[in-house]
Amino acid sequence: MDQYRINHLKELEAESIYVIREVAAQFENPVMLFSGGKDSIVMFHLARKAFWPAKVPFPLMHIDTGHNFPEAIEYRDRVMEETGTKCIVAMVQDSIDQGRVVEEKGITASRNKLQTTTLLDAIEGNKFDAAMGGGRRDEEKARAKERFFSHRDEFGQWDPKNQRPELWNIFNGRKNMGEHFRVFPISNWTEMDVWQYIYMEQIELPSLYFTHKREVFNRDGVWMAKLPFMQLKENEKLETLDVRCRTIGDVTCTGLTLSKANTLEDIIHEVAATRTTERGGRADDKRSESAMEDRKREGYF
Amino acid sequence: MSGKESGYLDMELLRFTTAGSVDDGKSTLIGRLLYDSKAIFEDQMEAIERVSERSGHEEVNLALLTDGLRSEREQGITIDVAYRYFATPKRKFIIADTPGHIQYTRNMVTGASTANVALILVDARHGVLEQTLRHAYIASLLQIPHVIFCINKMDLVDYSQERFEQIKADIDAVSSKLSVKDIRFVPISALKGDNVVDRSEPMAWYDGPTLMYLLENIHISSDINHDDFRFPVQNVIRPQSAEWPDYRGYGGRIASGAIQVGDEVSVLPSGFTSKVKTIDMMEEPLEIGFAPQSVSITLEDEIDISRGDMLVKKNNGTEPKNSQDIEAMVCWFNERKLMPRGKYVIRHTSSEARCMVTEIQYKMNINTLEKDEENNDVNMNDIARIKIRSTKPLFFDSYNRNRITGSIILVDEATNETVAAGMII
Repeated sequence: MDQYRINHLKELEAESIYVIREVAAQFENPVMLFSGGKDSIVMFHLARKAFWPAKVPFPLMHIDTGHNFPEAIEYRDRVMEETGTKCIVAMVQDSIDQGRVVEEKGITASRNKLQTTTLLDAIEGNKFDAAMGGGRRDEEKARAKERFFSHRDEFGQWDPKNQRPELWNIFNGRKNMGEHFRVFPISNWTEMDVWQYIYMEQIELPSLYFTHKREVFNRDGVWMAKLPFMQLKENEKLETLDVRCRTIGDVTCTGLTLSKANTLEDIIHEVAATRTTERGGRADDKRSESAMEDRKREGYF
Repeated sequence: MSGKESGYLDMELLRFTTAGSVDDGKSTLIGRLLYDSKAIFEDQMEAIERVSERSGHEEVNLALLTDGLRSEREQGITIDVAYRYFATPKRKFIIADTPGHIQYTRNMVTGASTANVALILVDARHGVLEQTLRHAYIASLLQIPHVIFCINKMDLVDYSQERFEQIKADIDAVSSKLSVKDIRFVPISALKGDNVVDRSEPMAWYDGPTLMYLLENIHISSDINHDDFRFPVQNVIRPQSAEWPDYRGYGGRIASGAIQVGDEVSVLPSGFTSKVKTIDMMEEPLEIGFAPQSVSITLEDEIDISRGDMLVKKNNGTEPKNSQDIEAMVCWFNERKLMPRGKYVIRHTSSEARCMVTEIQYKMNINTLEKDEENNDVNMNDIARIKIRSTKPLFFDSYNRNRITGSIILVDEATNETVAAGMII
């Protein structure tokens, strides 16, 4: 029966496409979150495959902290134009201006936590009943227990102790008015799977993922990019080094990797050899042992 | 691409489940597999070292790696299914790690539903316990094709071959009551690493494969039903664009079997027949599609087909049953007990209907594997055989023949919660 064999990437692809199609079928007004990072790029690629030759039947949405790498925004706008997809941009700055959230103070201030309010407001304002995200279970241990279809109450909160069981490939998206679902189509992918898939499918990525020279500084052992809204502490000094992004998120909490990896093959070798997790470079997870679980309970991605 | 990457691209995916309780060394075994396959990263190791130190453990507690949620870490128990990932050059593995106590039967059933392999741990000092039997029964009920009994803590019984053979004989005696296709036994010490990844020196008497060798080599591609083509339609894909004015494709994941361009198919429930025109996957059309691929199928004739319908191949294997009456073994998931003659929503493949539980035939005592026909009280974690009548016909196979078209869930209309999982008989 070996003629009916597919490799692990094709099997993960088939599973994710199945999940995305279930979302389109079970919900009236779904949305797909898109950050310009590799996970959301892969997720969007899978969505295009799921409905080809029709267009993706839902909009994308970017929760924009305003603290972006310009390359990520250029990439986002270009892909939307090329594929004729609508992308809603919800600005954290607007939530601040409306007094919905208060900006953190100090040099390590981050808008990462504020995104939750912007996201929940945007879901409510647009009456979205399902928001797909590129979260993966291998990223972090609270995510390891996340369902594909994750129910959120009317406050957008996650109750990890009362999750719906998920068996076989039957997904239960039933809900009451005002509630919504978070759906994670690439739950079962690892960082390595994502890179292998990008290589197999030859998916174009923002240049940030490949090595480039950049002004950086070291904060608590993590290399950070010097962009206009980044303040340096007294003892921190700028250096120009060969770096690349392992993840792309809000600049204030996204660490860079010293790397000369210039091709997808190089990156795959680097990921295979690397000894820290990709979220290890993210200051937002270092705040406490259960930082991710606490944020997810409140309604974070 | 040559060398290492081509190896990575040629990996097979294997899903396995582990059930076990606090003391039988399950977390140590998973920790060992992750550690020896280098799936534990330095920062994860540092994080659990920090926590171990704070909670006063003398050694690094590998269980902290798998116990994800705050309340679980505080109570030191695993209350939910946690998914773990690791890979070797041959295979990518997904572990569904579940708690083993009887009050978590529903979690075990969930973890078992997608598994190719079940690992069941047996403490060599205690031998076969009620719990061993229960885990074996669940593996059999959920039709996990391969079950590996890991006789653990062999170091604590002086690596005794006699002890191993005795436990093996005890399991063989009860496994005749079960329907598991492939049963294996490996004597291990998860703590010391004997026969997990590396062969054990103290157990030179054991000439079988190590656990890792089994996980990497057990033959899984024939676990899927390749005989009966079943294609539950998820979506109708109609671009209605200038470029594709007349394209009408049916999106879905092939549940079982294979289909080729030109094959004759019939559509359930309408019974209309047509021929397969294309099997699409973006710009790469396929000549043959097979389970578990997600594809879009177009037909030669224009037929009214919608979500919940099923395409089956003509003159191929068995026909699915087409009925409103279903008998199933169910595992109950909810605190609200099963209501006799209660109404629920039934979900089966891409189909949904309302249904009524018309009869509770018996409850299963999963510790003794005996039927209890007197007690009709089906509570959380109970397993029972029931009859269901749905408001519209469903097209199904027996679960033993087909895990996708033979499975159902029941949803409570009041709370929208998934209250039961069922295996059709």
